Amino acid sequence: MSQIQNVSRRRFLKGVFGTGALILAVRYVPPVLAQGQPDDSRTDADRSILHPDAFVGIQQNGTVYIVAHRSEMGTVIRTSLPLVLADELDADWKRVKIDQAIGDKRYGDQNTDGSHSIRSFFDTMRVCGAAARSMLIQAAAAQWNVSSSECSTELHTVVHKASGRRLGYGDLAAAAAHLSVPKKEQLQLKKPSDWRYIAKGMASVDLEELCTGKAMYGMDARMDNMVYASIEHPPVFGGKIKSLDDQEALKVAGVHQTVSIDPFKPPAAFQPLGGVAVIADNTWAAFQGRKKLKITWDNGPNESYGSAEYKKELRETAHKPGKLIRSVGDSDKPFPTTNVYEADYYVPLLAHAPMEPLVALAEFKDGRVTAWAPTQNPQAVQAIVSSELGIPIADVICHVTLLGGGFGRKSKPDYVAEAAVLSKKLGRPVKVVWTREDDIKFDYYNAVAAMYLKAAVDEKGRPTAWLQRSVFPPITSIFDVKAVYGDSPHLAQGWTDLPYDLPTIRIENGPAQAHVRIGWLRSVANIYHAFAVQCFTDELAHRANRDPVEYLLDLLGPSRTLDFTHVQYPNYGADYKTYPWETGRLRKVIEMVADKSSWATKKSVKGHGFGFAAHRSFLTYVATVVEVEVSDDGEIRISRVDTALDAGLVVNPEVTRAQFEGAAVFGTSIVRTGEITAKSGVIEQSNFNDYPVARINEAPIQTNVYITESSAPSAGVGEPGVPPFVAAFCNAIFAATGKRVRDLPLSSNSDFG
Amino acid sequence: MVKLKVNGIDRAFDGDPNMPLLWYVRDVLGLTGTKFGCGMALCGACTVHKNGKAIRSCITPMSAAAGSEIRTIEDLGANGLHPVQKAWMEINVPQCGYCQSGQIMQAVSFLGTTPHPSDQQIDDAMAGNICRCGTYQRIRRAIKLAAGKIA
Repeated sequence: MSQIQNVSRRRFLKGVFGTGALILAVRYVPPVLAQGQPDDSRTDADRSILHPDAFVGIQQNGTVYIVAHRSEMGTVIRTSLPLVLADELDADWKRVKIDQAIGDKRYGDQNTDGSHSIRSFFDTMRVCGAAARSMLIQAAAAQWNVSSSECSTELHTVVHKASGRRLGYGDLAAAAAHLSVPKKEQLQLKKPSDWRYIAKGMASVDLEELCTGKAMYGMDARMDNMVYASIEHPPVFGGKIKSLDDQEALKVAGVHQTVSIDPFKPPAAFQPLGGVAVIADNTWAAFQGRKKLKITWDNGPNESYGSAEYKKELRETAHKPGKLIRSVGDSDKPFPTTNVYEADYYVPLLAHAPMEPLVALAEFKDGRVTAWAPTQNPQAVQAIVSSELGIPIADVICHVTLLGGGFGRKSKPDYVAEAAVLSKKLGRPVKVVWTREDDIKFDYYNAVAAMYLKAAVDEKGRPTAWLQRSVFPPITSIFDVKAVYGDSPHLAQGWTDLPYDLPTIRIENGPAQAHVRIGWLRSVANIYHAFAVQCFTDELAHRANRDPVEYLLDLLGPSRTLDFTHVQYPNYGADYKTYPWETGRLRKVIEMVADKSSWATKKSVKGHGFGFAAHRSFLTYVATVVEVEVSDDGEIRISRVDTALDAGLVVNPEVTRAQFEGAAVFGTSIVRTGEITAKSGVIEQSNFNDYPVARINEAPIQTNVYITESSAPSAGVGEPGVPPFVAAFCNAIFAATGKRVRDLPLSSNSDFG
Repeated sequence: MVKLKVNGIDRAFDGDPNMPLLWYVRDVLGLTGTKFGCGMALCGACTVHKNGKAIRSCITPMSAAAGSEIRTIEDLGANGLHPVQKAWMEINVPQCGYCQSGQIMQAVSFLGTTPHPSDQQIDDAMAGNICRCGTYQRIRRAIKLAAGKIA
């Protein structure tokens, strides 16, 4: 039996064993310690006899531990990144064990959002794998008294071909541990033609556990002596408790007590919202106790927030000159007055609604916090818990469970901070469980946005002048209450980078005050920006009586690299030389999807339409064709989706296809029913009855995904599928009905709802 | 006192008879494979079998489970994976996986009564189970694959 190396971990495991769920704990049972004091920040990789760096360790029995430092929420990143390391190490995947990292800055960035895990860590994984492999080769060469250059590796084995001698990695681990870790420059990386796993892919290491109920999510974490908490938050953002009567709540069987949580000090950032926590023996008792609370609230200034009025406000702002973001040609001169088309587009607030509501388990003990959380960003957990409790970051241990969906919501650790704050007050482990209603009502919503577009066209319908203006409360408002303009990283998401080759372009942004927490959601600002640009482009194509694919290719112009020299264009945080915006790559995926969907032979008729859109986001180029059937009573069926993508080198193709299939479903929810509204500052939706998401009978029946074979640097795959799908779906609805979708969602659009 | 069988084991529960079965299996028995998603029978993440038929445990009070045989995902593959689980793995259905216990329990129950389902029947039977990751087309394929193997 393995030794267990520290109190908090032991108690956690005991809790799991105590429930009879032995297998759930296996992932967290450490092997025999090499030596030294217990330390719960160490991984199995660290404890291995050969551990050249934080990401890999090799045991004498040949087991290879690879650290997954990114969070698993369904993108299979817990498999795909370690797979890259295993490939460079020439390791046998069957002998690899994945070690989920806690939050620790030694791993670099751990915020699993922005579709950049592969992009940011592909090279790191390769170098770590190659370094370990090089050390194993050196160790074997020394033992055989031959030169390292005469040795090579086969699966999990070092080979000296000339003599036919072979040694397994486990046999070499101890000797290799005495060698110094080679520098990056000294390493020889594999040729792509020698890759075993990269670009071929591998199924999720968690697959069987996911299909047998054994996978451990945040919702499933337990500790001995823990209590459950359910929190009544202020119904209006920024509200405070005026009075509390908890007498009836305390009478509920299983309820221990109530605890007030202080309201946040603006800006809200990731602080707890405040409210009243009901502490109980089990989740159900905590929920029941909450229903009996009598609280009066001081709602504060956001009480005046109503979505209907706010929509009008945004639209008015969008019709006034805004802040100039980018100008091409002489866009200061008066806009032409003939052959001018204009349109308004609108996308409401959107909630993430991951299947696992927010949940976190935390224990404050002896000045330290140990948390188990389904978080996309364990280092942000450390930071907020540290500041809320006034303890050093190093004293916050954040274990990362599997996530039952994330979509960006679980990058914001307010719910983990709640558990830590409560545990400190109660002196025992606390599991905070949000209801679905809490999840819908207290989200960091994707921004509500109004877009106004205007084009003057020539006799062929090609724009000679183009104006686009967007207005939305920015994400930066959660960090700076005065922020009202879009920040450059989010304007760059499909707005600043309009790729059209037109003589005059003017891109603007107007101000909007936030009245709820705004946050990033899968695809973020690309959702509303691509919707507006790609639907408006489709409108212009139809008005000109031109084919939408041919028309978009015309507007894109010749293949070239876009020049953003005098424009703020953060490019998703990537170096522009490595990841330039190349219109030729967008053209290629457009041509690919047109070919694969037989676009040229498809003709839309009443009740049966084909829509098209293309967009670059998260450095990936995507073109999508959507086929819809619309019945006489307006029922819409998405019979087929074709989507072509160029994401550079794709490490795990099957997983990538699944991400784009899922993106089409996510986009379906946005178009059909995605809408959060507020009245008197209170969010009106609460659960899947009034915030419906797509079900099996509403989702696309078949999504076909075509991946461009490429050796270009890897780009994102989790998010880029959503924006072009949303626009293409709306364009297909127009093709089938003759009615334009300019206000999302369909369910509250009087032309469709 | 509510008496019932869970995964073949006799159990007795003397707590609040209004407590949903979901929280009994999760918080009391520690069988966490069954998931909480909505609490209103809107999403299907909590699906278990009661006397062989799929039910939503989040709205089933303990009093209504009295005398019944409850089966959860933990028991489904206890003696080797069920053909539906095998199909799920073969098609790589799960993404985050959180809804999949419920999807699988629903599919097993459905195939029990409809061994050769049409697409329409699959959609009708599975429309109560939400997957936010959007694995629906793979669920449809996996059900057909499993149907072929069970039949």
